[in-house]
Amino acid sequence: MAAPMLRWGCRGRRWAFARVDGGSCHRRGAPTGSTSNRIRGESSVAQQPLHTAQKTRKGEHKWAAVVGLEIHAQISSNSKLFSGSQVRFSAPPNSLVSFFDASLPGTLPVLNRRCVEAAVMTGLALNCHINKKSLFDRKHYFYADLPAGYQITQQRLPIAVNGSLIYGVCAGKKQSQVIPKTVRIKQIQLEQDSGKSLHDNLRSQTLIDLNRAEGQLRVDANISVHHPGEPLGVRTEVKNLNSIRFLAKAIDYEIQRQINELENGGEILNETRSFHHKLGCTMSMRDKEGKQDYRFMPEPNLPPLVLYDATSLPAGADPQQVINIDQIRETLPELPSVTREKLVQQYGMLLEHSFTLLNEVGLLEFFQNVIKETRAEPKKVTSWVLNTFLGYLKQQNLAVSESPVTPSALAELLDLLDSRTISSSAAKQVFEELWKREGKTPGQIVSEKQLELMQDQGALEQLCHSVMEAHPQVVMDVKNRNPRAINKLIGLVRKATQSRADPVMIKELLEKKLSL
Amino acid sequence: MLGRTLREVSAALKQGQITPTELCQKCLSLIKKTKFLNAYITVSEEVALKQAEESEKRYKNGQSLGDLDGIPIAVKDNFSTSGIETTCASNMLKGYIPPYNATVVQKLLDQGALLMGKTNLDEFAMGSGSTDGVFGPVKNPWSYSKQYREKRKQNPHSENEDSDWLITGGSSGGSAAAVSAFTCYAALGSDTGGSTRNPAAHCGLVGFKPSYGLVSRHGLIPLVNSMDVPGILTRCVDDAAIVLGALAGPDPRDSTTVHDPINKPFMLPSLADVSKLCIGIPKEYLVPELSSEVQSLWSKAADLFESEGAKVIEVSLPHTSYSIVCYHVLCTSEVASNMARFDGLQYGHRCDIDVSTEAMYAATRREGFNDVVRGRILSGNFFLLKENYENYFVKAQKVRRLIANDFINAFNSGVDVLLTPTTLSEAVPYLEFIKEDNRTRSAQDDIFTQAVNMAGLPAVSIPVALSNQGLPIGLQFIGRAFCDQQLLTVAKWFEKQVQFPVIQLQELMDDCSAVLENEKLASVSLKQ
Repeated sequence: MAAPMLRWGCRGRRWAFARVDGGSCHRRGAPTGSTSNRIRGESSVAQQPLHTAQKTRKGEHKWAAVVGLEIHAQISSNSKLFSGSQVRFSAPPNSLVSFFDASLPGTLPVLNRRCVEAAVMTGLALNCHINKKSLFDRKHYFYADLPAGYQITQQRLPIAVNGSLIYGVCAGKKQSQVIPKTVRIKQIQLEQDSGKSLHDNLRSQTLIDLNRAEGQLRVDANISVHHPGEPLGVRTEVKNLNSIRFLAKAIDYEIQRQINELENGGEILNETRSFHHKLGCTMSMRDKEGKQDYRFMPEPNLPPLVLYDATSLPAGADPQQVINIDQIRETLPELPSVTREKLVQQYGMLLEHSFTLLNEVGLLEFFQNVIKETRAEPKKVTSWVLNTFLGYLKQQNLAVSESPVTPSALAELLDLLDSRTISSSAAKQVFEELWKREGKTPGQIVSEKQLELMQDQGALEQLCHSVMEAHPQVVMDVKNRNPRAINKLIGLVRKATQSRADPVMIKELLEKKLSL
Repeated sequence: MLGRTLREVSAALKQGQITPTELCQKCLSLIKKTKFLNAYITVSEEVALKQAEESEKRYKNGQSLGDLDGIPIAVKDNFSTSGIETTCASNMLKGYIPPYNATVVQKLLDQGALLMGKTNLDEFAMGSGSTDGVFGPVKNPWSYSKQYREKRKQNPHSENEDSDWLITGGSSGGSAAAVSAFTCYAALGSDTGGSTRNPAAHCGLVGFKPSYGLVSRHGLIPLVNSMDVPGILTRCVDDAAIVLGALAGPDPRDSTTVHDPINKPFMLPSLADVSKLCIGIPKEYLVPELSSEVQSLWSKAADLFESEGAKVIEVSLPHTSYSIVCYHVLCTSEVASNMARFDGLQYGHRCDIDVSTEAMYAATRREGFNDVVRGRILSGNFFLLKENYENYFVKAQKVRRLIANDFINAFNSGVDVLLTPTTLSEAVPYLEFIKEDNRTRSAQDDIFTQAVNMAGLPAVSIPVALSNQGLPIGLQFIGRAFCDQQLLTVAKWFEKQVQFPVIQLQELMDDCSAVLENEKLASVSLKQ
């Protein structure tokens, strides 16, 4: 769900803050604890989740869950959202702190243009309505890593609202089918990041790094359960989830916990919880007495953020002083949904394959580079890239950019396969050799290992002859019309050729010899 | 020399009648002699002398930076000054030395001005008397003027002269006292609800509050961000215009400054004719609490304009009466927010308690802030609570808009400037003043000045005449937003007509002569 945010939220100090609403979940009341029951509901209106067709056991109520996500993603920018301080990953603590970042009295926020442009682009990519006027607010709470005592955010009128994102959910027997789903985006807001606290429990000290936090993605999940047709339940908020896997686990756990609690006559408190990733459960944070009141107030030091489009742009406006939405729209790269559609049309690819290609950073580019250089059929290329290549990467936990096999090498390998120079099992062998990073080309590997298909028909005929003589019983079986026997003979011949012979050709020769 | 205006002394510097170092030393001596006024929290003697030395070199080389080069100035102690302690007259910031200069301070220094020191105020500028700072109250130099003392001698009831000193008004009372006692030629104040104009009126000075957005607030430790404006205190309108010329303009560090070019420098023409002017007299400003003397001077001023050919009309600002309560909600809310950063962690005061971060915050803030500040933080947080926000903060914002619209309507009806009182009466004795609490006093004293801050308009208090007691009374002119130059031009004309008398501190000097270090200075005439 958060992939596009992740994609560009890799560096930078500040959070573009997306509230992704919806994603209703439904499950039966039975406390099975199994995640396979969970279905990410189509996110229509969060208040009216879809009803599943699941049957309930007698005496049981059906439960529906509502999940809303607050996704914090860092903007890739050279300087911070409200100060000129640099942004650099893993810089020494407190080395990139301006007077404003330290909240020295009298300092004022100055909005970073690049961050606004990034927010607008994100809004456009997520099909949002871009607000031509948005406002900044102060959110107050006391915490050691929040030196001003408030955070500047966009609570009332954010920069973008009412968007949607299409994503895929795995389904089917092997989870191989991808069903496209839509999640609604409530709003995208620009928000100042807090600092980072490091608690030293031994010395009971807290160290503060005002360079600000260094996570690329942080998600808070709001979760409630209710009976369909009844009002929504009380929600809890699970804070600071920093991976998609933990996010899913935390949501599953929390839904089940709430159902169990309610079915046992308990009640759900509107509270903040944390996810313990080792124990796999959520726990009340108990750090706040009662409900926190953030005492929101307009940020008086930042005038309303006004954006323009081609129609509203004032004549003679200094391009340095205005932001033109239409101009940003033009610089928007092709969006994943469009790319996926093209892949399906151009290469006859299955929709789920297009999802896989786009979900892995760099995989699409790799695929396209192979396609460019090979004569092999697109379907063949797709199969090799998604099964063999991606399989190897996953097994060794590598990114596409870390792959030992280049697109050219794979293209050459597929050409050899396409021209029937090698068999597909030999091709797998070549691929494995390529993975060893020994700097050899597929052609070199094939000739060194003598993996070419046997093209010499006479020699092959000779081999068939020897095999038949050595296995009279199998020959007899073939003649007695045992359909499997011929395959056994083919296998034996292949083995004798060290898998270098084309099975189709062997079969033809054997059939001729046996006069079938 | 010390009694001259900024423009006059600037001319004297250019002509070599005096050097910046001589001037600086004279001011420093006078600062020492008038220490009892408590106008300064910090005297930056070394910095000033070094700046004077540099200025002197520039004059010798014929490379003067302009009208402000070599001119002693003072800055209210809520403007950040690099390397010089900035306290806001609060325990919370005692010992806090900012690493940067406020934009306005930097601009003055860039023009060659000499920074004599940081002036006293009410804690975090919350007050209207300059009596509620941690360094004690500021005494009004007029308490020691010949004009006031002679009147008091005539009054058989006057007794115990020493304890009967007068307040300066506030919260920029230190800046007002510093200029009024001739220890500098101009001073920066801040103006959120009248904090520059009120002490200017009580100390017989010109107190100018520029349009919101014309002068940078970067480095001004905020009271209410949406109303704060750096203010200028001088002895005459032309001087205020010179300082404004140095300060005005957009600042990339303050996003609320406006980019539209404004005519610079602020040279004020001498109006020969006011017949094309329309002066508005807001009827709601005639309140029962207004002293008869102020009221009479106000109507005389209106008569003066009329007799010189100006059109004088009564106008209505119907939402005026809501302005104080509206201000209370908006001010305390922003105060609650702005004061949140003073938590003892990074700078300023920190208590000794370390059982928990929360306990440390609580004790630090209890020890660091006075009752007035804590009271405003408490009210402000109440107004910002989710359950109260709509009923208080949002409503107050709506009222603020109505108040701002009142002014727009008045100006749209053809009025060029509004003429009002600045304060209800002349300065009162300290002992009288503290009979009421800070909140009551602020609510009373800001009555004519504070609506202007809600609307972001320029306004200036001009000293008009002495009261029966021999104390200054000021009147206020309010202009259209960003028509600061027009406003000051009218004020300059008016200033010329009224010929306000110069404060006569000869007696003060004589009284102090026993402790004078520099006998020569005692003989300097303080008359023009």
